[in-house]
Amino acid sequence: MSLKRPAKDQPEHFEFNSSSLDAANKIILKYPKGKQQSAVMALLYIAQKQNNNWIPLVAMKYIAKLLNMPYIKVYEVATFYSMFNLSPVGKYFIQVCTTTPCMIRGAGKLVEACKEKISEKESELLPDKNCSWMEVECLGACVTAPMMQINDDYFEDLDKEKTLEILDKILNDKMPKPGSYRGRVNNEPESGRKTLMELKNA
Amino acid sequence: MLKDQDRIFQNLYNDLGSDLTSAQKRGDWVNTKEITDKGRDWIINEIKDSQLRGRGGAGFPTGLKWSFAPKEVGSRPHYLVINGDESEPGTCKDRDILRFEPHKLIEGCLITSYAIQAHVCYIYIRGEYFVDGQKLQAAIDEAYEKKLIGKNASGTGWDLDIYIHYGAGAYICGEETALLESIEGNKGQPRLKPPFPALIGLYGCPTIINNVETIAVVPTILRRGGKWFASLGREKNTGTKIFCISGNVNNPCNVEEEMNIPLKELIEVHAGGVIGGWDNLQAVIPGGSSMPLIPKEKCETLTMDFDSLVAEKSGLGTAGVVVINKDQDIIKCMARIARFYKHESCGQCTPCREGSGWMWRMLERMARGEASKDEIEMLGDVTKQIEGHTICAFGEGSSWPVQGLLRHFKDEIKKRNNFDPIVKETQNIPYLVDQHLLDKNA
Repeated sequence: MSLKRPAKDQPEHFEFNSSSLDAANKIILKYPKGKQQSAVMALLYIAQKQNNNWIPLVAMKYIAKLLNMPYIKVYEVATFYSMFNLSPVGKYFIQVCTTTPCMIRGAGKLVEACKEKISEKESELLPDKNCSWMEVECLGACVTAPMMQINDDYFEDLDKEKTLEILDKILNDKMPKPGSYRGRVNNEPESGRKTLMELKNA
Repeated sequence: MLKDQDRIFQNLYNDLGSDLTSAQKRGDWVNTKEITDKGRDWIINEIKDSQLRGRGGAGFPTGLKWSFAPKEVGSRPHYLVINGDESEPGTCKDRDILRFEPHKLIEGCLITSYAIQAHVCYIYIRGEYFVDGQKLQAAIDEAYEKKLIGKNASGTGWDLDIYIHYGAGAYICGEETALLESIEGNKGQPRLKPPFPALIGLYGCPTIINNVETIAVVPTILRRGGKWFASLGREKNTGTKIFCISGNVNNPCNVEEEMNIPLKELIEVHAGGVIGGWDNLQAVIPGGSSMPLIPKEKCETLTMDFDSLVAEKSGLGTAGVVVINKDQDIIKCMARIARFYKHESCGQCTPCREGSGWMWRMLERMARGEASKDEIEMLGDVTKQIEGHTICAFGEGSSWPVQGLLRHFKDEIKKRNNFDPIVKETQNIPYLVDQHLLDKNA
């Protein structure tokens, strides 16, 4: 359970644009009749995508009306799950995993790099920067630790230098290449692979 | 070492491509109809014979779980839910199945749905795996197009729809009832059991929930026979398992191996050894962060399966092996795990919500050497008050690693922590309410 507060400056109006509405209607159909409430998480994602990666309160009210459920239940869901941003984040939203498997492989250095390049404080969006960073819990790529996530993509097998390079690119508004930064395309051992050798490079 | 032809996930490293054509070359979808034609009872019995145990952490026998689903479909439909909310620190096996072997999972969904008579299957994937989820969605679309799923799936006469539901960064949603709450559009707080989901689950209907890996191995077991699967590993701990070896090893990797493989072989042969050599090993977390750590002495002979790890007061869990060498501060490592649990507690039960924070704060102080000797016992006490006093197993998951630390590294904590709460008499503190603390002879 993380402490999250809605942003102070809230827009007054929100509604889905036509492509968001299409996507939302498709998702509602995935669930049985009368159970449209199930779509609330997916709709919050859509709202977040449409609104520069954060969800204003009016969007929650809008979704509540759309799904015919109480506003407080939407608010409950939006505050419970850590991936819903309730206040503005950078265009490039950087999440550094610092849980133990990443920590023992040097995630602290990645945090240092973020502090140097972006801002001293977590989740701080400086007016002249296009990105913000935060520490998060395990992102499920422990074999390629340390790693971080930028928007939807994973950046794995990092060290401080490579992180600084990535952040430089981002500060110049260029999306760096996701994936492993030691050339791995999967979770095989970097050298000395012992299994499925016949298939290697097949 | 397991023979290559006995490995179920031939494409674990994506040597062959994850698309439908490549998957069919590996044997997926070739005779799905023949399997379902043998009937539900045959499928469930074959899985029972294979002694497959759930791969999500608890290790519950899969065949037995399926047999709990009602035999006849009543007024309420049955559901199959796949748990892909992989968030256990140290574990990243399901991600590789989602992106490299999606068709094994989809075919497993069809066969399982047929066996438990479900027409709808939801695959719950953690929100961070969005890119990998998109790959699975592409595979699902491919399967619909080739009529492998959908109406009369693969010519079996069974209708099946598969939908992906994304989570949003809550570890607790990997708990099966919290996952159901999450699909229903609520915050992910676990439900009391009983009633068990097999009778009252998603939308109040009978629901079977299985891990991604469990379902993905089902088609191969049915093709090669439950006996073949049972011949691997040892009694009650059969088959193969994907191990994720991370932490201070030279080549961290995922590898599919036989159950009951020696831990030393996993680390030395597959992961290239401990950084700084085997003697530099300090401890190993054998099954994801929830499982108590195991010190080096025991790692020499330890074998990796459910029962032998329980005998060592730990557990196989998700088989996420985190290797910690002597360059790391073990108390700090555990304090970080405690912080993870403090962050992820859903807040429903007081012992867990408050206790996880207690454990974290105490461990942080112990790592800095600011705790008193009494507090070590007190920490043990706190873990005991969480364990068993919560609705779901999160309470155990958060207190076991701390108990493991206390069991094996108590001396280390004692050595570092010498804080003496008695205030020295030379310091005159008239406003101190607890004046008895000043009395050294008390």
